[in-house]
Amino acid sequence: MAELTIGKKVNRFFRRKAPYFFISPFFAFFLVFGAFPIFFALYLSFHDWNGIATSPMVFIGGENYWYTLTDPLFWQALKNTIVLTIQSSIPQHVLGLFFAFVINLGFVKYKNFFKTTLFLPYITSTVAVSMIFAILFGYPYGFLNYLFVSLQKLPLFQTIFNWLRLDPPLKWLGSASLIIPSISTQIVWRWTGWNTILYLAGLQTIPPELYEAARVDGAKWYQVFFKITLPSLRPVLQFAVTMSVIGGLQIFNEPFIMVGKNGGTGRAGYTLAMYLYQTGFEWGYFGSAAAISYLVFVLIFIFSFISRRLLRSEEGVS
Amino acid sequence: MNKHQSQLRLPSVIRPGKQINYKKIGIKLCLYLPLLFWTVVTLYPFWYMMVLSTRSLSEIFAFPPPMWFGRALADNYRILLERLPFWRNVWNSVYIAVMATVTTLFFCSLGGYGFAVYEFKGKKVLFNIMLATIMIPALLGIIPFFIMMRFFGWINTPRALYLPGAASAYGIYLLRQYITGAVPLALVDAARIDGCSEFGIYCRIVLPIIKPGLAALGIITFLGSWDNFMSALVILRDKITYTIPVALRSFQGQAQTDYGAIMVGASIAVLPLITVFLFMSRQLIAGLTYGAIKG
Repeated sequence: MAELTIGKKVNRFFRRKAPYFFISPFFAFFLVFGAFPIFFALYLSFHDWNGIATSPMVFIGGENYWYTLTDPLFWQALKNTIVLTIQSSIPQHVLGLFFAFVINLGFVKYKNFFKTTLFLPYITSTVAVSMIFAILFGYPYGFLNYLFVSLQKLPLFQTIFNWLRLDPPLKWLGSASLIIPSISTQIVWRWTGWNTILYLAGLQTIPPELYEAARVDGAKWYQVFFKITLPSLRPVLQFAVTMSVIGGLQIFNEPFIMVGKNGGTGRAGYTLAMYLYQTGFEWGYFGSAAAISYLVFVLIFIFSFISRRLLRSEEGVS
Repeated sequence: MNKHQSQLRLPSVIRPGKQINYKKIGIKLCLYLPLLFWTVVTLYPFWYMMVLSTRSLSEIFAFPPPMWFGRALADNYRILLERLPFWRNVWNSVYIAVMATVTTLFFCSLGGYGFAVYEFKGKKVLFNIMLATIMIPALLGIIPFFIMMRFFGWINTPRALYLPGAASAYGIYLLRQYITGAVPLALVDAARIDGCSEFGIYCRIVLPIIKPGLAALGIITFLGSWDNFMSALVILRDKITYTIPVALRSFQGQAQTDYGAIMVGASIAVLPLITVFLFMSRQLIAGLTYGAIKG
């Protein structure tokens, strides 16, 4: 009898403490690898340190931030990153929305084929794909230049190229003005399918009665798209746009592989993540690198706030 | 609904006894053609990769560029293995991705279960702290990550690339949501009354129910690890410890970049995943978008 009560007591003790047993492994890891680095980076950003373990960290106040904010390279990287984010985000969402809308239409066949194919780029390794694109964009004999040179022989395209002042073969990854569009192309290639699938999932939550009602009222397809589809997709749209903005501002792999660690001709493909990487791991200014990472954080915070706001402001109507 | 669909179906374009409806055909072409075009754009780089992996360097940069398979696959493969211990690199990638998946699922399912099923002191505070860190960009951690790994002596070790990510705030959030939705608390209580231990409930009741959620998080983690480049680049310094992305990138620095060999490596990195994906695309897409739609 006595044993039983002890057993019961032990059981009760474990039952009461059980949640802590379940979450403590996670939180132990989380404190070390998730929370600590955030504060450590902040601490580091106010110190001068060359990264060598034995040399001391020297407190220098906000000098790292001051140094970064007065470095022309930072501003160039910032400009490149923002341009790249905008150039890569807008097409992938416009195309994603369009393809989701088309695939969702009743008459379109082989829906699963299209879904699977468009989604393929997402599951591939960015480094491997960047290398493929580097060859596709090759000068003078990459596939894209071959295509452009061949198309130029047709009068229609000749006019278009003349009008755009393009004279193929083009130095896609070798001229300052074309580097960012080329990198954007690869990002759009990768993420359009992912967005399409997201929007498709969103479209399937729209009740068919809504479309039925629109059809009865004699609405045109574009009216249906702008009056029903788009407003219903707003939550998904907000999520997807925010994600692409957050991802775009941290972009590293694609430019690093396609134009090299220095960002190519005139550093046109030099992004903030590459600036952070070089400052820390090549030049050994760990304090400045930490400061850059906090500046990127603030930037991401501002931009994701803006994109959320832009997409939310109209929500009040519906 | 049926009527609505039949109205949109292709046969309605050519109605018997009426003129062919050119306008409708035109609209459909305008919708179909971009989709077909994008399908080609999506697939072409993969095709190009496979073609180039069978071509020598001089053929790759010939004009016009190669469109069909050549005979240099064996040569390219030989060059790849001369320069790199490539199969070892593949193994490193697989090992890190599998370990990342297993450890992430372990920590996050335990924690997610704790948050979903129990009420305890400090639950809200802990959960909110964790949620707040989801919004923090990964880039913020790269400098401290490197310093810590060096402090632990984990440079050049695979564990530096899977252990720190195991406590994923996103993962625990995802699984908590999933458990809350899929596991009725009454079931947990019933098991408790039947004398099942707390850990027994987690193992024998909750884990089997949340398999789809685990699969979703597992796939996201695996792909994330497979694609991981920046932290692998700063941690892995010896050829023998390289993962596939770092190995491929190491080819680039050389005087004459051997693109044929790189394309063989890229094919090895890309094609197995694509094959798996083609066989189970429906489940994978559902799993991958689950997190996004819930989030």
